[in-house]
Amino acid sequence: MHSDRASIGLRLSATAGLLFLHLPILVVFLYAFTTEEKSYAFPPPGLTTQWFAVAWNRADIWPPLYLSLWVASVSTLLALILGTLVSAAMVQSRFFGRDQISLLILLPIALPGVITGMSLRSAFSIMDIPFSTLTIILGHATFCIVIVYNNAVARFRRLSGGILEASADLGANSFQTFRHVLLPNLGSALLAGGMLAFALSFDEVIVTTFTAGQQSTLPIWMLQELVRPRERPVTNVVAIVVFLATFFPILIAYYLTRDGAETAGSGK
Amino acid sequence: MSPAAPSPAAPSPAVEFRSVSRHFGPATAPVKAVDGVDLTIAEGSFFAMLGPSGSGKTTCLRLISGFEKPTAGSIRIFGQDVSDIPPNRRNVNTVFQDYALFPHMSVRDNVAYGLMVKGVDRRTRDDRAEEMLSLVKLDGYGDRKPAQLSGGQRQRVALARALVNEPRVLLLDEPLGALDLKLREAMQDELKTLQARLGITFIFVTHDQGEALSMADSLAVFNNGRIAQIGTPAQVYARPRTRFVADFVGSSNVLPPDVTRAFGGPAAWSSLRPEALRLTAPDGVALSGTVTTHRYLGAGNRVTVATQGTEISALVPAGQPLPETGATVGIAFDPAALHVMEGEG
Repeated sequence: MHSDRASIGLRLSATAGLLFLHLPILVVFLYAFTTEEKSYAFPPPGLTTQWFAVAWNRADIWPPLYLSLWVASVSTLLALILGTLVSAAMVQSRFFGRDQISLLILLPIALPGVITGMSLRSAFSIMDIPFSTLTIILGHATFCIVIVYNNAVARFRRLSGGILEASADLGANSFQTFRHVLLPNLGSALLAGGMLAFALSFDEVIVTTFTAGQQSTLPIWMLQELVRPRERPVTNVVAIVVFLATFFPILIAYYLTRDGAETAGSGK
Repeated sequence: MSPAAPSPAAPSPAVEFRSVSRHFGPATAPVKAVDGVDLTIAEGSFFAMLGPSGSGKTTCLRLISGFEKPTAGSIRIFGQDVSDIPPNRRNVNTVFQDYALFPHMSVRDNVAYGLMVKGVDRRTRDDRAEEMLSLVKLDGYGDRKPAQLSGGQRQRVALARALVNEPRVLLLDEPLGALDLKLREAMQDELKTLQARLGITFIFVTHDQGEALSMADSLAVFNNGRIAQIGTPAQVYARPRTRFVADFVGSSNVLPPDVTRAFGGPAAWSSLRPEALRLTAPDGVALSGTVTTHRYLGAGNRVTVATQGTEISALVPAGQPLPETGATVGIAFDPAALHVMEGEG
């Protein structure tokens, strides 16, 4: 018989599963406030907010933070432009090999980051492109495009195909159709895709490791910091920053796409 | 016999097709969506393009709106060759089959869209939008979103939106297809009234022969990318040029040559409308047959009679005696009603 309430056992194991997934995050937050700086002793001997001040004054944190923000912003922008264009092409035209190309577009996110990273690294070497901020951005753009593409394609499919023709029929030129019809209907999907892409890029480690030169992004900096037994809680403070910088974009993206059904395709 | 009836005298044709073809796919094995169509649509007429799906009628409509380009031939709108004119610069507007309203805009902004892209200021275009909404009896609906309207109301918004630019030709692609029967009949009357009032040319595509016959001044029947017949509804109904037209328009009896001969005509395909047949007593008549089925239609009964190795149907009006199934009946008709056709396709 169907029951509205799940059994005790099921509820307990679900709770245990969620705790297992999320308690470690709380531990990361907790250690940002510990007075112990050399090892992560549990429970913390005392609590302090001094590490926020220390982190703020550490000169070596700022360049990786700026670099991460810069890389995430530029690769997201690239992804927005290219992802939208490619999704428009895939939805609006039928051509030979279309399904295969669609698979190729999705590949960077399906492939392990190690493979993407290795292949990009060897490609950059062959082409004599020095490893730099540019190569990191290109590496990140490969998977950011997929995120934007997925969001845009889903929205394109839900749009009643006739509205672009209706716009042209009523006298609008291509730019006006883009500005007044396409963009408003695609906007929230692009914003959501962009936010997700930004969040993914901001904490990416693997592809970055392969495509970076001497510079460190914030996640790479954290990785290096963990092996050094000095002012360890500073890393946790930075972890909170990374958490906030990625959590909110993803949350906003979730809410933007959740109500998408209402804004798009309702003319059908 | 009677050739395709010419269109009513046209002072300046709204739309002219000259051997227009539109082929899709590879040039070696093209799909001929439209194949050598000649067509003249008079200004101010209510013209129907009738045909089954895939017959080329919608492609013809899209050739006029500019969303398709002819593979061969030329199209003129009010005498001007429109081959190189994109849809947004043709003085032709369309009511789309699925209405294609802009979901993110209010009804008012939808209707005013054509004016907005022309750069008309907001106050003027809002006033015009209200006028158009009132024309289609949707006063007070301006602030709603398309999703908040019923199918019939969306249809009216699509109509108002297409009329706001004052097109000289309005194209309607199966405009009533998505509406239920009652609403469809009401909208048929309204479209007709609206067309008479505005005096502009309406060209509408439909697969519903009843709709085409009741609304159009003249119509073209499409079959396999070609026009099977052009004429007034009365001409097309009474004197179908081909078997296809006789079959598709109305529910005519299509008689093969030997049956036509038995019915007193020449040895050629002919059509005979069910309402032209009278069922009589079997004695003293040249033709007789056996009743196989009846179907009650409300205003009468459709009776199928097996005769001369074929089956023909006759309409027996309500109130007249109905022969029973299996009964032998005589078949009588006015010889003038037997219409001999010239073509097959």
